[in-house]
Amino acid sequence: MSACLDIRDLSAVLPNGQRVLRSVSLCVQPGEVRALVGESGAGKTMIGKAVLGVLPSSVRIVEGDMMLEGEDLGRLQPKARRTLIGARTALIPQDPLTALNPSRRIGSQMTDRLVRILGWSGERADTRIRQLLDEVQIRDPDRVLKSYPHELSGGMRQRVLIAAAFAAEPRLIVADEPTTALDVTVQKQILRLIVQLQREHGTAILFVTHDLGVVAKISQKVSVLYAGKVVEEAETAALFASPQHPYTRALMAATPRYTDPFASLKPVDEAVLAGLATEIAAADQAWRRPHG
Amino acid sequence: MLLQRFLIRLLTMLVTLFGVAVVVFVVIRVAPGDPIAMMLPPGATDADIARLRALYGLDKTIVQQFFIWLSGVVRGDFGTSISLRQDVLGLVFNRLPATLELAIVALVMAVAMGGTTAILGARERGTAVEAGIDIASGAALSIPDFLWGLVLILLFGVLVPIFDISGRVSPQLDLPFVTQFYLAESILRLRFDLTWDLLKHMLMPAVALALPLAAIISQLLKQSLKEVLDLDYVVLARVKGFSETQVILREALKNAALPTLTLIGVQFTFLIGGTVIVERLFSYEGLGNMAIDAVINRDLPLIQGIVLVFALLFVLINLTVDMMYALLNPRLRHG
Amino acid sequence: MDEARAPRRGVSPRLWLAGGWLLLALLAAIFAPLVAPQDPLAQDLMLERLPPFWMSGAEPGYWLGTDSLGRDLLSRLIFGGRIAFVVAFAAAIAACVVGSTLGLISGYFGGWADRIISRIVDVWMAFPPVLFAILLVAVLGTGLSSVIIAIAVIDWTRFCRVIRAETMGQSRMDYVENARIAGYGRIGIMLREVLPNVVPSIVALLSLEMGIAVIVEAILSFVNLSISTDDPTWGGIIAEGRLSIHQAWWVLVFPLITLILTVLSFSQFGEALKTRFDPVLR
Repeated sequence: MSACLDIRDLSAVLPNGQRVLRSVSLCVQPGEVRALVGESGAGKTMIGKAVLGVLPSSVRIVEGDMMLEGEDLGRLQPKARRTLIGARTALIPQDPLTALNPSRRIGSQMTDRLVRILGWSGERADTRIRQLLDEVQIRDPDRVLKSYPHELSGGMRQRVLIAAAFAAEPRLIVADEPTTALDVTVQKQILRLIVQLQREHGTAILFVTHDLGVVAKISQKVSVLYAGKVVEEAETAALFASPQHPYTRALMAATPRYTDPFASLKPVDEAVLAGLATEIAAADQAWRRPHG
Repeated sequence: MLLQRFLIRLLTMLVTLFGVAVVVFVVIRVAPGDPIAMMLPPGATDADIARLRALYGLDKTIVQQFFIWLSGVVRGDFGTSISLRQDVLGLVFNRLPATLELAIVALVMAVAMGGTTAILGARERGTAVEAGIDIASGAALSIPDFLWGLVLILLFGVLVPIFDISGRVSPQLDLPFVTQFYLAESILRLRFDLTWDLLKHMLMPAVALALPLAAIISQLLKQSLKEVLDLDYVVLARVKGFSETQVILREALKNAALPTLTLIGVQFTFLIGGTVIVERLFSYEGLGNMAIDAVINRDLPLIQGIVLVFALLFVLINLTVDMMYALLNPRLRHG
Repeated sequence: MDEARAPRRGVSPRLWLAGGWLLLALLAAIFAPLVAPQDPLAQDLMLERLPPFWMSGAEPGYWLGTDSLGRDLLSRLIFGGRIAFVVAFAAAIAACVVGSTLGLISGYFGGWADRIISRIVDVWMAFPPVLFAILLVAVLGTGLSSVIIAIAVIDWTRFCRVIRAETMGQSRMDYVENARIAGYGRIGIMLREVLPNVVPSIVALLSLEMGIAVIVEAILSFVNLSISTDDPTWGGIIAEGRLSIHQAWWVLVFPLITLILTVLSFSQFGEALKTRFDPVLR
């Protein structure tokens, strides 16, 4: 059985030649929750966008392969790739406020993929969406489906987006910091919902986060990113038990235990960062040689 | 909330119209030269002049004249044209449809041209296509309708004579129309031969009027489309599998169109203002052409009537756009 | 982050092109009696409707041909530039002074001043501008000063609206607040702190307005309402050209090209100046 998502040696650059992804390799098995953890700017969101084919126009992929359930995304025609991504993946975005179109009703935004891309009948899509709304514990689907986004709370909007993401039974969901923009109290509920739906539907999730606390709760495996490079990859339990890479250890030291709210916040150790910078500069030089 | 907004706008509109009435009245009365003297044959006596002045109410003070005229206007009586000796309102209504048809055809063309180029430019952002659209819209915007009219006359009236460069309809045609809305009526009567003849006369003035507006629509809509296209819900729509064109049309266009819509309101009044000289240029028998004749003939009642009708048209357009904006914006609609 | 996109510091080519054309046209207009090959008013029915120099039947010395009265087109264009530039400068500056002052007052002081000025602007915006200009010239009587006054009267609102909006934006800035705390008077702050920041917009608008003034003057002389009928004006030449369009196209083409170049140059020049003087963009 082929992997759900298999990324090999993916590199991407900005127009000025700066690398934002440095030979990233990543393999997500069906049904697996893989956390991508790193500080902001580490390129973790970029990986998710690359998989979904929505990189900003300034970022260019220069090498590497991405296989979605055995299909090479780079070899497909744009239209076929779009359809494949639309059918087999979904995105749970970071900010539920901006991820819904303010001028369209929730109902049409939830069903449009099912009806217009997957060709379902309107009735079937409606039934399916109501089923999912029930799963994310929305008790008044009639009102919600008729609402405009600004009439719902942030937590409700994120539930709607989660329901929409699972509606077409995708094989892979990219969850891009789905709890960051929410209130702390709502964060836990949303996280619990994602875990619950993931287990019931058996969907693989690429979970992008900067929060090691969330990583511990949700994922089976973790990839730690720094400056567009995977510095460590391990089973979640193993990573927390014995982090191998100095950067991972530094990151953990900088993260307050959520059990101990009074633990002091520390920045990531600078000596570790300086060592990493040298390492990466050397790697870049080696990479540039054959790539001109 | 919507009703309240509407009532406030309505009140402002009346104040504006009153202001226009005052300004045009004052400006005209300041004019040196006696229109009455121009009407009469050289041998007229002072008694004749006095009688005629009394007939047109010109023997009273300016304030008296203004309120006499205004109370007439409120009752729908705009007075009698001095040069044409006909009821001003009748003359205006006779010419207004021609101008309205021209302006609306121009508006439709501007929205079509501006909208298509904006969508195309947004879809092909960062490419040579977008750069080309930018250059074209820059030129279309900087050159005013009067000059576009002349360019079109040279191109399609003289160089490749495919359109008619003067008049509203070919004079030899037998017109069965009962209203002055020739274009609309020709379509309703299924007389497409007449529709074609009308369009052949109307197309060039309409394009001249439309080009600057099309450029503004294109630039602003493209800009707001590009802003909207970076938003999360658009990214989400791409992930869902929609093509870039579908994304623009379904997700981005409506939200991006709102700022453009407000702008079209003001710009449409500029377009109608432009009909005055463009109609003159193409000898198109509309309100603007008549207005210039009225000024040259010092026909005070007619000038007042025409200016007031233009002003009414302008404030009505602004009111409509304002209401449409409120209706289309769900956040305003639901409070 | 993208170095290629950083604003260029030097003088852009469009500023050179636009400025170059305006300078050329301006110099030709100033030294018209020296530059013009013929007397612009001299009629000669033997020379009527001569084509421009590259066509057969052209006469040497009449480079761009002649109109239906045998007057030299190039000379008429050069002399027409005199009126065009006088009107452009005078009318645009008049509109700018009136409009910018009212815009500054309206935007900075707000309150009643703003309400009254905004209402007047609303009334002005409800007039078709070209018709208003034609009406004013008809009322004031034809002549150079009437044309200038008419253009200033119809177009001051353009300055007023833009400067009002910009001033309102500037007035909310912290540095204005600081100046107020420091004890400067309101008018002092307006002139010292706010005005310099809206100058780039005023300069750009001024240049744009000169182009518009040239067009309005052409429109007025097109409907035969500008200066006395003897003096050559660009609009007057266009009116003649429109009448004899099938017999002598060049009488329309050359003034049209002149007008288009002048209008484009004024608007490009304004844009370029704005980019150059804008402290944020620079």
